[in-house]
Amino acid sequence: MENFLKKINVIAWIENRYPLREFWYKHLTHYYAARNFNFWYYFGSFSLLVLLNQIVTGIWLAMEYTPTGEEAFNSVQHIMRDVHYGWLIRFMHTTGASAFFVVVYLHMYRALIYGSYKFPRELLWLIGMTIYITLLAEAFTGYVLPWGQMSYWGAEVITSFASAIPFIGDDIEVWLRGDYSISTVTLHRFFSLHVTAIPMVLLLLVFIHLVALHYVGSNNPDGIDIDHEHQTPDDVPFQPYYTIKDLVGAVVFLIVFFSVIFFMPAMGGLFLEAENFTPANPLQTPPEISPVWYMTPYYAILRAIPNKLLGLIAMASAIGLMFILPWLDRSRVRSIRYKGMLSKIAIVVFVISFIGLGYLGIHSVSPLRTTMARVFAIGYFAFFLLMPFYTRYEKTKPLPEHITK
Amino acid sequence: MTTNDEVDEERRCFLRRATATVGGIGLAAASIPFVSYWLPSADTEAAGAPVEVDLTPIKPAQQLTIVWRGKPIWVIRRTPEMLANLPKLNHLLRDPSSDVDQQPPYAKNLYRSIKPEFFVAIGICTHLGCIPTYRPDVGSVSPTWLGGFYCPCHGSLYDLAGRVFQGVPAPKNLEIPPYGYINDNRIIVGAHQAPAQTKTT
Repeated sequence: MENFLKKINVIAWIENRYPLREFWYKHLTHYYAARNFNFWYYFGSFSLLVLLNQIVTGIWLAMEYTPTGEEAFNSVQHIMRDVHYGWLIRFMHTTGASAFFVVVYLHMYRALIYGSYKFPRELLWLIGMTIYITLLAEAFTGYVLPWGQMSYWGAEVITSFASAIPFIGDDIEVWLRGDYSISTVTLHRFFSLHVTAIPMVLLLLVFIHLVALHYVGSNNPDGIDIDHEHQTPDDVPFQPYYTIKDLVGAVVFLIVFFSVIFFMPAMGGLFLEAENFTPANPLQTPPEISPVWYMTPYYAILRAIPNKLLGLIAMASAIGLMFILPWLDRSRVRSIRYKGMLSKIAIVVFVISFIGLGYLGIHSVSPLRTTMARVFAIGYFAFFLLMPFYTRYEKTKPLPEHITK
Repeated sequence: MTTNDEVDEERRCFLRRATATVGGIGLAAASIPFVSYWLPSADTEAAGAPVEVDLTPIKPAQQLTIVWRGKPIWVIRRTPEMLANLPKLNHLLRDPSSDVDQQPPYAKNLYRSIKPEFFVAIGICTHLGCIPTYRPDVGSVSPTWLGGFYCPCHGSLYDLAGRVFQGVPAPKNLEIPPYGYINDNRIIVGAHQAPAQTKTT
């Protein structure tokens, strides 16, 4: 009888064929994280939540969207006006795109202040940076799809970056566009990339990111080593402690998220630009071309330099420097809590520069703004390029033996 | 079959390298269709065929914009005053003698055109692909302005031969497309000489 019951036990049946319980143990109930995770530790799980939102709403949108130059703009209007709850699904997707960058930027900032990129988490950071680049590509290809003026001209500007490559640049540009200018061909291939190739890469990278995280263990606000495989007074099991914490956070996040969707989905032109409510017109440039807010810091750097190739190199190195962050930081300690005054000043300069560049990138150019953009760009680059020096020579505070608070 | 259990390392090494090489070549060959798929298709190429333009309706100082390969092509009938102003600007320009390869050989001259009167150019800013505005009036962009093109995106400036000014983001002069005269009043854009069959606008 007992044998028979055992036979019909579904969990046991699966368990003999797949390490279900082992996975649950290893990655949840017996994965230990420091007991002092604070506000900044919400944003990793929020990113997963937003990713889920983008995938589900994206699949739904693709059912009613038509990726051709003739019909794209109209099909978005059709979703907004005729499809049941089409407006909601679309605003969840457009607000989700901006929310994705909000949570990812805060997630990256967390890594920055607590030194989560330092040994042994360098590879974790590199995978995360690759996710960020992939996310930028996903956001860019998605922004082209509504086929408004800003979609069209944004695509024009960004694909023309390729033409700065010496000798073969022009041919690469035509190859990327599939036409001699941005056209329905370009739109259609961006649609394909946006809904298939890039999301698959993104999901794979997120998986690898989590595997790497669970192999080396989560960092903490003190930046000291803890044993993520065994229970100690310093840590708590992820399930139920942090799953419950993240659940509470998720409720608050969703309240804010849906408040934006219901009351200010365009966010005053930041999330949805007014110019993009005009259908794409290849023969008329909008008076001002600016990317969506999450790309404007780099755009401001590009515009601040009066040379096309050098501007693009500066823009690319602004992102490239983030990749080598683990090797620029020579500090003995990870967390800003135990670093010296110079590191604290550097972080403040960096944050002001990044936000300043982001602000300037949204607005039109003027001589004063160009000067300001150059000052902020210097601040941005100084943070990275001087890091090997100020982190090495500043006096750090002694690390505690155990998690403090 | 041999009873010798010794592993022939040299042979294994050769087989490993040979497999990797052949496999690598195969992969590279297999990428050709996938990469080529992204090139403009046959019908897209056909839609980019040369177009004919009738010059007779263009009045002096007037700008005509036509579309070739989805790009705006300007045809401007320049007045003698406009042409007379061009040499005065040389010291303010990045590339006054059109040394950078932005034009067919027959347009590598002061006026950047076959006949000085008619200026034919691709109306796309060489900075980031915006469309500059035609500002022919003296003093319309700045007090010393002698007429030219102003790009509203990032403030690049060109003169009436599409030559870029110094100190602006655009790196090169405006591109001159291949074109040619069929007769005194008709040009063909997209080809150096008139082929047997062309589209007309």
